[in-house]
Amino acid sequence: MSSDHDLKKTMAAKGEPFVWLTAMGLSVGLLMVAGLLGIIIANGVPVFWPDRVVQLTLKPGISSPVPGGGSEIVGELVQKRVKRIPILGADGSPAADQTEIQVFVGNKDAYAINFAFANQVDIAAESFPPDIYRFERLEYGIAFGYPRAIKLPDGSSIPATSPDFPRLLAELTNEATDRRHQIEFIEKREIGAINSRLTELRVKKGTTDTAAELASLDADYQRLAAEARTLRQQQAATVLVYGTPTGLERTLAIGDLVAYTQPNLLTLPQQAGLFLHNIWNFLTLEPREANTEGGIFPAIFGTFVMTLLMSLAVVPFGVVAAIYLREYAHQGFFVRCVRIAVNNLAGVPSIVFGVFGLGFFVYFVGASIDGWFFNEYLPTPTFGTGGIFWAALTLALMTVPVVIVATEEAMAAVPRGMREGSLSCGASKWQTIQRIVLPASLPGILTGLILAMARGAGEVAPLMLVGVVKLAPSLPIDGSFPFVHLERKFMHLGFHIYDLGFQSPDSEAAKPMVFATTLLLIALVVVLNLAAILIREKLRKKYATGAF
Amino acid sequence: MKTPTTSRSDFISIRDFCFFYGSKQALFDISMEIPERQVTAFIGPSGCGKSTLLRNLNRMNDLVDGIRHTGDIVINGNSIYDPHIEVISLRKRVGMVFQKSNPFPKSIYENVVYPLRVAGQNKKAVLDETVERSLKGAALWNEVKDRLHDSALGLSGGQMQRLCIARAIANRPEILLMDEPCSALDPIATVKVEELIQELKREFTIVIVTHNMQQATRCSDLTAFFYLGKLIEFDETHKIFSNPSNKQTEDYITGRFG
Repeated sequence: MSSDHDLKKTMAAKGEPFVWLTAMGLSVGLLMVAGLLGIIIANGVPVFWPDRVVQLTLKPGISSPVPGGGSEIVGELVQKRVKRIPILGADGSPAADQTEIQVFVGNKDAYAINFAFANQVDIAAESFPPDIYRFERLEYGIAFGYPRAIKLPDGSSIPATSPDFPRLLAELTNEATDRRHQIEFIEKREIGAINSRLTELRVKKGTTDTAAELASLDADYQRLAAEARTLRQQQAATVLVYGTPTGLERTLAIGDLVAYTQPNLLTLPQQAGLFLHNIWNFLTLEPREANTEGGIFPAIFGTFVMTLLMSLAVVPFGVVAAIYLREYAHQGFFVRCVRIAVNNLAGVPSIVFGVFGLGFFVYFVGASIDGWFFNEYLPTPTFGTGGIFWAALTLALMTVPVVIVATEEAMAAVPRGMREGSLSCGASKWQTIQRIVLPASLPGILTGLILAMARGAGEVAPLMLVGVVKLAPSLPIDGSFPFVHLERKFMHLGFHIYDLGFQSPDSEAAKPMVFATTLLLIALVVVLNLAAILIREKLRKKYATGAF
Repeated sequence: MKTPTTSRSDFISIRDFCFFYGSKQALFDISMEIPERQVTAFIGPSGCGKSTLLRNLNRMNDLVDGIRHTGDIVINGNSIYDPHIEVISLRKRVGMVFQKSNPFPKSIYENVVYPLRVAGQNKKAVLDETVERSLKGAALWNEVKDRLHDSALGLSGGQMQRLCIARAIANRPEILLMDEPCSALDPIATVKVEELIQELKREFTIVIVTHNMQQATRCSDLTAFFYLGKLIEFDETHKIFSNPSNKQTEDYITGRFG
C-alpha cells in the first residue's frame, strides 16, 4: 500500500498527468483547426471540378420529381445522405435502405427547381449519356440538354447533326464573348466617363461653354448607346435551339451562352484543365446572378485593399500611442487606468465599433468633409456615406489595442544596456527611441500588426454599417482619376459569405460558392500574415539582440 | 607620482556628495579630486557605491526614479548639475563603457559613428576619419577594417567591448568612465583592454570601477577604496596596495573581507 502511495506521489511530483492533460488540450485544439480546414477544403475545392452528368432511371411506377421527366432524372450528383424520416416498407417495417440522392438538375427556367431527390431503392439504372451538353448561361444558371440546331440571323438553320455544327457553335460563342466585353466596355467605361463629366458640368453650371459641351457629350452618348444597342441585337440575333432531357424544346440567345462543355466526353487532362480554368474564372471574374454565379474578384480586391488601408492606419497610430505610454507618460495610477482601458477596448464587440464608425466617421466627419469640399454634389453624399476609407478606419480603431500592447511589450524587451549605451553617447531620449528602441522593437510591432490583420480581415459585422455592399459597381482602385477612390463602397469576402449563404434566394445552390469563398478568405488572411511574418523574420535577423 | 605638466589635479572635483535612491542613502559625503589624464580606479566590495558614484559623473543615474543628491560634482570648473548645462552635452564630454558590452544591432561602422550621427554630423569624410581613428584608438582597426559594414553582433566578446570603447571615444570626450569593463571578458581580452587603457590615458581622463585588485594595480595611477557608501581612502595606487593608511583598506586588499 505504501509503495502504491509512493507511486502516486512521484506521479504527482513529476506532473505526468498534467503533462498528458496539456498535450490533450493542444491536440483537441489542433484537431478542431484541422477539422475546420478539412471541411472547408473538402467542400470548397471540388466545386471547380467538372462533374459528369448522370441519368438515373427510376423503377416502374415511380415518377420523377422533375416536371415532365417521366421516370428519369438527369443532372450532376450532389450528395447521398441517409434520411432521418423512417420510410416504411409495404409490410410496415422500416425500409432497408434509406439513402437519398440529391441531383442538381439545372434548367431552372424549364423545371422551376434546381435539385431533385430520389431514394436509392427506387433507382433501377444509372447511365452517363455521352452526348449531353452543359450550358453555362448568363441567366438562370446551368442548363443540361441536347443541341438541336442553330438559327442564324438570316433565317437559315444549321442542324446539330451537321458536321460543321461543333465548329460553328465554338466560333459563335467566342464572338458572343467578345461582343459582351465590348458592351461592358462601352457601358461601364465610356458611358461612365460621360456620366462623370456630366456630373462635373452640372456642379459648375453657368459657365459659357457648358451648353456646347453638353451637346457634344449628349451626341457622344447617343452614338455609344446606339452602338451598344446594335451589339445587343447581334447578341440576340443568333439562337441556339436545344432540347432538355425531358424533351422540351428551348431556345437560348447565343449572347446569353457563357460557356458550354460536354461533361461526359471529357478526358482526365481536359477535366483538370477545366478545373484550373474554373478556379481562374472564380478568382478573376465579377459575380453574376445575385452573386451566386461567376467570380468574386471584386470581393477579393476589396478585402485586400481594406486590410492594407487598415494596416496603414493602425500601425502609426498604435506605435505612437505606445511610445508615449511606455516612454514618456509618468507611470502612475492614471497610466495604469489608460492601459486597462486600452486592453478593454480590444474586448468591445465589433458591432459597437461599427455603430461608432457610422456615427462618428460617416455621419460626422464624412458629412463635414462633404460640406467643405463636395458641397456642389450634395445632396448626393461623397464621404458622408459608408466607404472603404471609413471601413478601414473603423477596423483600425478596433484593432489598435492589439498593436499598442504588442509595441509596448516589444519596447520593454529592448535591453536596458542598449538604451544606456545610446544615452551615454550623447543621444537624447527621443533619438534613443527613434534610432535604437524602435528598430529593435520592429519585429514585435509586426507581430501586433499580424494579429490586427488576422482579426480585421475576417471581421464582417462593423463593415455592414460602414461601407460593405452586396455588389459594388466599381473597384476602390481603378484606372480613372484619381485612381484611389477612398469614398467608394466595396465588396468583402466575409460579407460575401454571409450574403451568399444566408441572403440568396437559393441558398442550396449557393452552398458550394460559400465554401469556395470561405476557403479563399482563409487563404487571403494566410497570405497577408505570411507576408508580414516573412518581413518580421528578416527584421529579426537584422536586429537580433542575441548577444545579450 | 608622475604628473604631466599639462594635467590638473582637480579636473573632476566631487564635493560633499551624498546620493539617495528614494529614502536609502547610497553615498555619504564623498569629496575627492580626480586628476586629468590619469587612470583612477574605484575599488570596494559589492554595494559599496562605487558604480553609483561613477554613474553620477555622467548623470546616468537620472534614468532611475526617485533619486536625490546633495553636494556637487564639478568637471573642469563647471558643475554638472548646472541648470544651464544640458545633460546631453555633459554626456558628450563624458564617455562611458559598460560592464556588459552593448553594441547596437547595426554595422560596426554605424556603431562607431553613432555619437556623431546623433550630434547631427553626417559628412562622410568626417565619419570615415572618425571610424579609423576610434577603431585604431581602441586597438580594433586591424581586426575589423575589412568588414566595417558587417553587423557588430558578429564580433567576439572582447572585440565587442573594444568596439564599445571605440564608440565611447568617437566624439573625443574628455573623460572616459569604465564600469567593470573586463568582468565579462576572458584573460586574453582583458589584457588587451588593460593595455588599451594605458594608451588611452594619454588623451583621456579615465575613471574605472573594478573588482579585480590586480587590474587596479596594473593599470591605475590612483585608487579610491569605498566601503558602505563612504570613501575610505584615496591615494596613489602603489601606496594603497603596499602601505594603506587605513585598516579597512588593508583588510580588503589583503582579502580578509569583501
